[in-house]
Amino acid sequence: MGDSALSAGTSDGFGLLAEFETPAQIMRAARAVHDAGYVEWDCHTPFPVHGLDKAMGVKPTILPVLVFFCGLMGVSLGFLLQWFTNAASIEAWFFGIVRGYEYMISGKPMMSLPAWIPVMFETTVLFSALATVGLMLVFNGLPRLYHPLFKSKRFARVTDDRFFLVIEARDPKFDRAASLSLLETLNPISIELVES
Amino acid sequence: MEATPIDNTFEDPGQRAPLVLNHNDFTSVTTDICRASESPRPPRAWYIAFAISAALASLFFLLIFYLFITGVGIWGNHSPTMWGFPIVNFVFWIGIGHAGTLISAILFLFRQKWRTAINRFAEAMTIFAVVCAGTFPVIHVGRVWVVYWLFPIPNQMELWPQFRSPLLWDVFAVSTYFTVSLLFWYVGMIPDLATFRDRAATKTRAIIYGLLALGWTGSNRHWHRYERAYLLLAALATPLVLSVHSVVSFDFAVAQLPGWHSTIFPPYFVAGAIFGGFAMVVTLAVPSRQLWGLKDFITMRHLENMNKIILLTGSIVGYAYVSEFFIAWYSGATYEGFAFINRAFGQHAWAYWLMLFCNVVAPQLFWFKRFRRSIPVMYFVVMCVNVGMWFERFVIVISLEQDFLPSSWGYFAPTWVDLMMLVGSMGLFLMLFLLFIRYLPVIAMAELKAVMPQADPHTSGEHDTPAGQNREVV
Repeated sequence: MGDSALSAGTSDGFGLLAEFETPAQIMRAARAVHDAGYVEWDCHTPFPVHGLDKAMGVKPTILPVLVFFCGLMGVSLGFLLQWFTNAASIEAWFFGIVRGYEYMISGKPMMSLPAWIPVMFETTVLFSALATVGLMLVFNGLPRLYHPLFKSKRFARVTDDRFFLVIEARDPKFDRAASLSLLETLNPISIELVES
Repeated sequence: MEATPIDNTFEDPGQRAPLVLNHNDFTSVTTDICRASESPRPPRAWYIAFAISAALASLFFLLIFYLFITGVGIWGNHSPTMWGFPIVNFVFWIGIGHAGTLISAILFLFRQKWRTAINRFAEAMTIFAVVCAGTFPVIHVGRVWVVYWLFPIPNQMELWPQFRSPLLWDVFAVSTYFTVSLLFWYVGMIPDLATFRDRAATKTRAIIYGLLALGWTGSNRHWHRYERAYLLLAALATPLVLSVHSVVSFDFAVAQLPGWHSTIFPPYFVAGAIFGGFAMVVTLAVPSRQLWGLKDFITMRHLENMNKIILLTGSIVGYAYVSEFFIAWYSGATYEGFAFINRAFGQHAWAYWLMLFCNVVAPQLFWFKRFRRSIPVMYFVVMCVNVGMWFERFVIVISLEQDFLPSSWGYFAPTWVDLMMLVGSMGLFLMLFLLFIRYLPVIAMAELKAVMPQADPHTSGEHDTPAGQNREVV
């Protein structure tokens, strides 16, 4: 397991990276590391492993709540757009020249809300979808062009068939020797020190 | 685990049939799916298909150019058949797209795990179909250089679009649909693009897929938000797909024309769209799984499931045809009755009966398991459906040729430009699809691995595999 390389040097680098072969192993390892009280650590898996969130103690994301408000914004903007462009009759409008164009179609009221529903629905979905993807990426800190883990050759298999657990050096509880021995008790295939 | 043959042909409601055949580990799944993109050269058939479709796509663009410099007179459209081929093609293509969203969003919400093998390229199909669909209304407006008038953009005329028109709803519905489908497709692809990045053998591939993968590391904290976002997108796309084809049907149903002004249109159009879209998925899946050797992932059971949906939605469409006739008679409205009698026995009766055969009669073969599982029969039926669904829209649009004023009645005949544009749009669609299956992950690898029995943390590793998983053939 290359213990000499792991204990050489003084820098802790980015952290310790342990490699596992099956979802069950990473699950057990995640429980152990979580119970040991680490904060700045993560599991890296080729697919979302069912139950790993719970084992890691990941809190539910606030994303759906924010998306709900973006949806509300979408529906309001959809309404305002149609009201402003087709029914607004305020002469001294803030924009001056950009005021509504009042179509009189088959004697229907200017404010024909039922006919506006399709567009309001579409703007709701559009805003919510853009918010979902945008906020998911922002919360995940993506896109990013570089990550210290990409330096590890073994880590390339994380998108294929291997499961990794990394304890970062910035964790307050991180201690190279202690963390290493914790990881060694979990029977990983390999452990390596990732440069920062 | 050593490779044991896996069987998914059994019918036992007490057991889940395995979704992946002949693969007992994640490594071989990755390798087999990546091979399509990583092999230095695609199969010869790919080159031939690409050459043909690229030629047709170029023809499409040349004809659009010809249209711009000449005018819409080069089409067969005339008064009163103002809509003609462009709108038929628009509705046809937008309908094709709907099965992609259905597979990716609705089947996802219903926890139909078999969707994982086919969702990626059904979604790709959606995007490319919407690209083709979006082209037609734009070029159909005639003065294409003022097409931006469709959008609410402040202008010097102080003029705004008219939001009470279904044609404007279409602008919003189709553009939203395209955007959301693209996001859904791309978000689903991020983990697989990261796989391509990590396996890249050349610098170019590493850079391109690296940029596209957005720095994905498979972090579980990321997966958590990613899965939630994916679920939200599915929940948003589901009502969206129903709304889009409903809005497309409003283009017809809101008009006060006999044969169009009908409340059955939204559900009937949605069912027809799913029907036609699934037929197109099978049309593309059968050669792709052959060409790329994906038979272990897109199994016969997957095709059979799709054929069952084709049978179901085809029957809904058949019911709608009957119901339309019944209402035309039962309403006692003379013009409505005339429009339908004219459809079945008028000058375009051949199109009506062709549609009826292709959409209602041909899929009935799928009542039999033997036919659902036979590639030639399946291909015959889905080709019928592709033709039939195009003719369904043709029959609806062409009922314009007999309007309220008999003196203006005429016979709609397409010109060569009409026909070549239809063929050209198919070329564009196929060309984009061929590029996709060569350069992007054609099956959602991360999702597929997650539905394999080995992915369950309670059955892999130190625990024994419980009965029912990895059923062996005896």
